[in-house]
Amino acid sequence: MALATPASHGATTAASLTTQLTGAKRDIRGRAVEAVLLATLALSLLILVALVVNLVQRSWPVLSGRLGDFLSSGLDASNATEAGVWQAIRGTLTLAVIVAIVAFPLGIACAVFLEEYAGKSFFARLIRINVRNLAGVPSIVYGILGLTIFVKFADGITGGRTVISGGLALAVLVLPVVIITASEALRAVPQSIREGAYGVGATKWETVRSHVLPSAAPGILTGTVLALSRAAGEAAPLLLVGGITGLLRTGDQGLWEQITKGGFTSMPVAIFSYARQTGADFQAVTGAASLILLILVILINALAIWLRNRFEKQW
Amino acid sequence: MTTAMSNKWDAGQLRLSSGRRRSDTRMRWVFTAAGVTTLLITLLIIYTLFKDAWSFFWNVPKADLWTIGWFPRRGMYDIKTLFVGTLMVTGVAMLIAVPLGLGVAVYLAEFARPRVRKFLKPIIEVLAGIPSVVIGYFAISFINPNVITWLVGGANKAFNIASAGAAVGILTIPIIASVTEDALRAVPMSLREASFGLGARRVPTTFRVVLPASISGVVAALILGVSRAIGETMVVAIAAGAVGGGLFSTDLFQPGQTMTAAMAALGFGSDQVAGDGLAFQSLFFIGFLLFMMTLVLNVLGDRLVRKVREEY
Amino acid sequence: MMDTRVTVKTQDGVEGMDANNATEAAPVFRTRDLAVYYGDFRAVRDVDIEIRGQDITAFIGPSGCGKSTVLRCFDRMNDLIPSARVEGTVEYHGIDLYGKDVDAVEVRRRVGMVFQKPNPFPKSIYDNLAFGPRLNGIKKKAELDEIVESSLKRAALWDEVKDRLKASAMGLSGGQQQRLCIARCIAVKPDVILMDEPCSALDPIATARIEDLMQEIKQDFTIIIVTHNMQQAARVSDRTAFFTTEVNPESDRRTGVLVEFDDTQKIFSNPGDDRTEAYVTGRFG
Repeated sequence: MALATPASHGATTAASLTTQLTGAKRDIRGRAVEAVLLATLALSLLILVALVVNLVQRSWPVLSGRLGDFLSSGLDASNATEAGVWQAIRGTLTLAVIVAIVAFPLGIACAVFLEEYAGKSFFARLIRINVRNLAGVPSIVYGILGLTIFVKFADGITGGRTVISGGLALAVLVLPVVIITASEALRAVPQSIREGAYGVGATKWETVRSHVLPSAAPGILTGTVLALSRAAGEAAPLLLVGGITGLLRTGDQGLWEQITKGGFTSMPVAIFSYARQTGADFQAVTGAASLILLILVILINALAIWLRNRFEKQW
Repeated sequence: MTTAMSNKWDAGQLRLSSGRRRSDTRMRWVFTAAGVTTLLITLLIIYTLFKDAWSFFWNVPKADLWTIGWFPRRGMYDIKTLFVGTLMVTGVAMLIAVPLGLGVAVYLAEFARPRVRKFLKPIIEVLAGIPSVVIGYFAISFINPNVITWLVGGANKAFNIASAGAAVGILTIPIIASVTEDALRAVPMSLREASFGLGARRVPTTFRVVLPASISGVVAALILGVSRAIGETMVVAIAAGAVGGGLFSTDLFQPGQTMTAAMAALGFGSDQVAGDGLAFQSLFFIGFLLFMMTLVLNVLGDRLVRKVREEY
Repeated sequence: MMDTRVTVKTQDGVEGMDANNATEAAPVFRTRDLAVYYGDFRAVRDVDIEIRGQDITAFIGPSGCGKSTVLRCFDRMNDLIPSARVEGTVEYHGIDLYGKDVDAVEVRRRVGMVFQKPNPFPKSIYDNLAFGPRLNGIKKKAELDEIVESSLKRAALWDEVKDRLKASAMGLSGGQQQRLCIARCIAVKPDVILMDEPCSALDPIATARIEDLMQEIKQDFTIIIVTHNMQQAARVSDRTAFFTTEVNPESDRRTGVLVEFDDTQKIFSNPGDDRTEAYVTGRFG
């Protein structure tokens, strides 16, 4: 396709110019490429749909047959008709509480340090690189850390293979997520707010406490919710730290004893356990548990997105 | 507390009350301690892994590191079995995650209308939030029966590398998509305008101007994707099979053993060993190698991401 | 005087003018009642203007008067803004530029644009210039080499970069980058070159070079330049259009409007409108 000579030279008639301007509408190659790209998006969505449909399909016997029973029975990897997720749900909730208590204050404090106190020093850069690296460490490594430190070394405090050790291991795992999202939230607070506080003679801590943190609170909240969602879905660290996969008997232990001395399990651990058993019955149980966990995680993420959108228009 | 009418100025009037100053200093220490804690965690991880990894490496008969397969209970610690297994799973995973991840990112960043993008982006984020055990279950309950064994007749019907790899690939799509999309959006609009101004259409502009301009970000996305795929544990623990160790194998369609699956087996699976024997320490050895590999990849990927941000 | 122009229906059913019968060249651009809206905000209204070939036309006026907006109508760059809407007619060599079947991409091949802030691609100097021709199907190295060299010579940049064509364009100075962008424009052999405040990011020496360049190339291209530098308009252009803003009494928002369009000489020495006189004598703006 040769370039048209400039019309100012008078060589082209207006008619041929019109043809040139209107002729090239059909850009076949371009449309084809765009279609291919759209296809990748469609395929990704299709996979998601296939996942959900498969889950529902597989778990239908349990969902329709004995949902209530399923939700209230304990962990049992030997008998599909007795197996349930009650202990797993309780375990996941307990773990979430422990993660919140440990990781949130520590993570937010670290973010405050990075954004408000450390500035651009070498030390700050080191910690930032370190945090970003920790975010990418495989989760099983946190399990090894948990096993060595929380279960063995500190078993006086944690009680060994208890839900406390599990919660601590998960807390360390999601700590980078909390730090990174809290840092972003703090960075988004306009400098003018800090300057306003300093301008009336506030100390750094007073500024952070009464002005910066409240402004950043929505973003920090979103970040912590996302961290919880991540923690809820992890299994590898818990399995190394003592998550029960077979049968969890709590007997007559009181709540406090269960937490500090007893075994524990969680939804992902239960799913792993059930997935390993053979037979269609267990397939249904695994599917049902997976579906419940998926719904839980999606709800938590949706909450995070809703929070982010609700508070986004602050300024 | 100074009297406004006083005409005498002394330094004392400009000093902060000691209570406020103490509290400010105290909080500074609290926050610094929090920052230091993260360094402590990394050091602890390295120490924990290295101590037993070194002990293992020192004590293991070197011949046992290069043998027919990985059977820790029988004292066979063939590393190449695990490396090749990890390589195969990662390879299959990237085969799926790279085209889909890049395609989604390019489409959302350069072609989709704003309303469409706003609607579809959260859905990709949902994909990112799916727990790995759920995808592992998806591998054995759907991918293997319906896709793999349908495509390849001789595939192992229960577990194989290919279905595990496909599942890991699905998990990796979101990270490739989001890092790539960030890189594309960092390219300033003025470059696209220059290209359009010369009479280029969207496709050539995207592929000949925008993508080359954001290439560091795309490479970073791929590197971080590989790091994710290498470190995935639960999917391979559920779907790759290899109970009780694994022979060295390069067959995609049979059960296989990866680094993470081996660790899973040692930690809570079929090779679970108590005590401090050599077999148990091999868990730390593999863990150390894995940690180092992902460390290098993450630092590299992170450097490239920052390069994109600095360029624009 | 008899109207000797004849309208002819072409094969595509679109009306055009048979240039053979025109005794005067059709203006390169002609607008009638041109107005541009961003959403429901009317940025500029009632622009009637004719741009002649091989002229340098300047658009001047205070900020916000719509000069860039009108400029961007001529290469359909406003299409890239989702909320923008163009009303009225814009004719290019007698053809409705916003006609149903007209492809904006083809328009932009013929109507090039140089932007306020130089925007070379982060590629080599050679690849920056070869980008447009390659898109149009020119692949042979000899042809591309020739186009690159002639475009750089035309843009008065060849001597400075001929030994480092493979070096990155980002290493050039601001003035050099802008000349590179002009060369890049020239490389696709356009009919018109639009310049949107091309010197506002450059120092006076670089600015002077570009003004000289404009004079050199004007016989091959029709040039329209938007500038907020009156002296530049007076130095460089043959015709000048003065825009200003008017406050809409109902909405209290400012809409751009064309006040006067005439030979540059007249605009600057003896303007017809008071507002023009106030602006060019520096009493406001």
